[in-house]
Amino acid sequence: MEFANLNLSLAAPEITLLVLTSVILLIDLFVKDEGRTLTHVLSLVTLVVLTWMSLSDLASGVRGSAFDGMYVADSFSHVFKVFSYIAVGVTLIYGKAYAKDRGMLRGGELYLLALLALLGQMVMISSGSMLTIYLGLELMSLSFYAMVALRREHVVSTEAAMKYFVLGALASGLLLYGMSMIYGATGTLNLAGVARATTGIGDNHMVLVFGLVFLVAGLTFKLGVVPFHMWLPDVYQGAPTVVTLLLGAAPKLAAFAILLRMLVDGLFGMAADWQPMLAILAVLSLAIGNFVAIMQANIKRMLAYSTISHMGFVLLGLMSGVVEGSAFNAQNAYTSAVFYLVFYVLTTLGTFGLLMLLSREDFECENVDDLKGLNRRSPLFAGVMLVLMFSLTGIPPTVGFYAKLAVLQSLIQADQVALAVAAVMFSLVGAFYYLRVVKVMYFDEPVDQAPLQGSASFRAVLSVNGALLLILGVFPAPLVALCALAVNGSFAL
Amino acid sequence: MASDMAQTSFPWLSLAIFTPIVFGMLVLAVGRDSNPGLARVLALIGAIAGLLVTIPLYTGFDASTAQMQFVEKVTWVAQYGVSYHLGIDGISLWFVLLTAFITIIVVLAGWEVITSRVAQYMGAFLILSGFMIGVFAALDGLLFYVFFEATLIPMYIIIGVWGGPNRVYAAFKFFLYTLLGSLLMLVAFVYLWHSAGDTFDILAWHKLPLGHTEQILIFVALLMAFAVKVPMWPVHTWLPDAHVEAPTGGSVVLAAIMLKLGAYGFLRLSLPVVPDAAHSLSGLMITLSLVAVIYIGLVAIVQDDMKKLVAYSSVAHMGFVTLGFFIFNTAGMEGAIVQMVSHGFVSGAMFLCIGVMYDRVHSRRIADYGGVINSMPKFATFFVLFSMANSGLPATSGFVGEFFVIMGSVAYNFWIGLLAAVALILGAAYSLWMAKRVIFGEIVHQHVREMADLSRREFLILGLMAIAVLYMGIYPAPFTDVMHVSVDALLKHVAISKL
Repeated sequence: MEFANLNLSLAAPEITLLVLTSVILLIDLFVKDEGRTLTHVLSLVTLVVLTWMSLSDLASGVRGSAFDGMYVADSFSHVFKVFSYIAVGVTLIYGKAYAKDRGMLRGGELYLLALLALLGQMVMISSGSMLTIYLGLELMSLSFYAMVALRREHVVSTEAAMKYFVLGALASGLLLYGMSMIYGATGTLNLAGVARATTGIGDNHMVLVFGLVFLVAGLTFKLGVVPFHMWLPDVYQGAPTVVTLLLGAAPKLAAFAILLRMLVDGLFGMAADWQPMLAILAVLSLAIGNFVAIMQANIKRMLAYSTISHMGFVLLGLMSGVVEGSAFNAQNAYTSAVFYLVFYVLTTLGTFGLLMLLSREDFECENVDDLKGLNRRSPLFAGVMLVLMFSLTGIPPTVGFYAKLAVLQSLIQADQVALAVAAVMFSLVGAFYYLRVVKVMYFDEPVDQAPLQGSASFRAVLSVNGALLLILGVFPAPLVALCALAVNGSFAL
Repeated sequence: MASDMAQTSFPWLSLAIFTPIVFGMLVLAVGRDSNPGLARVLALIGAIAGLLVTIPLYTGFDASTAQMQFVEKVTWVAQYGVSYHLGIDGISLWFVLLTAFITIIVVLAGWEVITSRVAQYMGAFLILSGFMIGVFAALDGLLFYVFFEATLIPMYIIIGVWGGPNRVYAAFKFFLYTLLGSLLMLVAFVYLWHSAGDTFDILAWHKLPLGHTEQILIFVALLMAFAVKVPMWPVHTWLPDAHVEAPTGGSVVLAAIMLKLGAYGFLRLSLPVVPDAAHSLSGLMITLSLVAVIYIGLVAIVQDDMKKLVAYSSVAHMGFVTLGFFIFNTAGMEGAIVQMVSHGFVSGAMFLCIGVMYDRVHSRRIADYGGVINSMPKFATFFVLFSMANSGLPATSGFVGEFFVIMGSVAYNFWIGLLAAVALILGAAYSLWMAKRVIFGEIVHQHVREMADLSRREFLILGLMAIAVLYMGIYPAPFTDVMHVSVDALLKHVAISKL
């Protein structure tokens, strides 16, 4: 392999992130400040630089593959990376005071691990081979295992980290096993090669399906889909809220990206095999996620179950792409899934951001009842939370409604009316617990009268976050166009 | 932004929708708990401005055509085939005006009574008003759905924050019941969108040929949404709860306008989009309507809570409306639409009257009153007038609609007409018996003796409602004239099979 053929320039964002992270690591050694302000600012600057790089790549339509097809740059990867940067950056802004109050900033690990996890996510998003998928996934996961355990002295966090690690390792094992089978049947790790080998599948169909099952299990574990969701509520609840948000927002994008790369780029020929699997997983997630969430008093746990149900919707979008071997609906279907995911990430940022806003040094906002009477304490942020909750419910005029609509349209186009009806009925169940949050904020009297803390930048970003869901709910067209741009032409359909 | 239809010179409909919404947001933004007066005044200005901008819709309306008028059409979300498409015909015109009018009444009704979080109260009502006008003006299925569903948010807050003791239960029940129906409607809409070639245009759906099974399924899905909203028996149980717990203004809006959203849905969607299913299932619909009229009428008689009584009477009156739709003749259809408008005035006025008494005594139980005429003669006059209207006395608006519907039903089938006519007796029974027990007789309770008669503000709002009720009863022509052509066109359309 010639060095010149590596096409290193395509991977410029990853390389830049790695270099800058190393620089920040060194600089952080000399930071004496309790709040790690310099590290914080440098991390944000890094993210801004990356956003600029990926956006200009997107604008100039950069695409191609590097490292012998192991790394792919296309509009999909640019768009997903930009959303990941935004998610991580917003989380860092929301989490600064929260992390400082909980002694998580005595060293700069939070920032460094977050950036390294982001690097892993970027590798996943741009992966063109099963090897890169695995590398990116492990880089991301290992960073998160450490981050969940960042509060060493905190029993619940440590327990959550252990659970996450053990189950995560199991999922990695499943994934690797599945990959090895696919490799055995096709003789290649490269996704394009797998795609070539699996179209017009012949003798090795059995082995491939066997591998596919393990592959889907391993991939959907990271999305948190029933029955591979066990880790999610415990980790969401146990992890410090800032880590929960780092874990709940951007990684979903990456996990979805590898699912899409693997199933669509690599195993499109086997769509008839993986579609029913995804449909079953989706319905189970919608059912269990929504019903169990009703019973949760801990809001982080409730949101974990709500995440599970929303991932069900994403999978419904994904599985409606191929109808009886024809891919006419694929573009729409994948766009709807991407749109749903982006809506979900935006909303999640807001909800966990609000929980951090309400938390103080000696007080952890983690129960639904902690939001009691928020409308009395701060009408603005009660309004933001109202929009977030109705967005999750899918009530217009919020962006959540359009996300649901997109998935429903895709399902109906794929002649899956029964699944569409099931999906909306489960979201009716979901409406109950989102309404309960609105109820405690608006109908109940406040117990906690302390004024809201949070820096001006925190409040401003959170307000913008809420307003954005409303604005995109009235004018969703630009976001839909961006999602369509990500999907169009990025996949060999 | 593309437009492929003749645009009117000025977007009056958009103005009618967004004037209250913008004022509502303004009230939310500037209103402070420390200065409720500002919020009230601003809300009143917004409500009056909202009514003023609807006047050109009436003066500029051409009653000689069934075409949509004041049409605005702009591509909204091209990827999903959604347009911002507005227009009104003779059927929807009066509901737009009614909504704008009731909004003023509601703002005035809450003027002194609401003391906590005034800005949010007024803001919620103004925004709600804009959404409801949007439902009546929408000609795009998705736009219709957006407005239809968005009304849930302010109403949920209104019931839950300013409602009675059991408000949380009522708010949840209201929201989840209505959401259940409307989610199925959404699936039906998406199905129609797909069948019609990726468009949500309601007028295109009117022309869309559909198979019989498809039609039945779509009809049932839409029925779930509209029946809950109307509400029809047996999915009416959320209404008494919501009415009892909601603040006076909430009850007025709920009875006067929100119930009409469901009935309007039948006219704009169920009947013209799936006419064959409407004909096939008309037996079921007529039965449900008659059960509502008779059984719920009986239920209303035995209520001891005034708000509950009026709530049940609303269900019974709306039964007349759905009955009028599904007998497929001009008298029935026009009577039903007139009944919808009339019910908006009458039931709104009844809830205002109950609110007036509740503000003084803080009880809604009939047994806590008696002899109110002795301490509140002016009020008693209004109350008796509205009770008469509620029971369908000639020369009040209540008579016109019910009479037409009964005429239509007799023409359709004598026995159905007979049963519907029996219901008029029930209406008189529950309305007048309540009036007798509340207004007349000896004063039993000391607190009744101490009740002060109407304030100027209360006199103004009840007076406005009384004028509307009497005007509509004595001279209904302005209401019926505008709708003749549109109703005929609708009936002609429904008579043609799509199979």
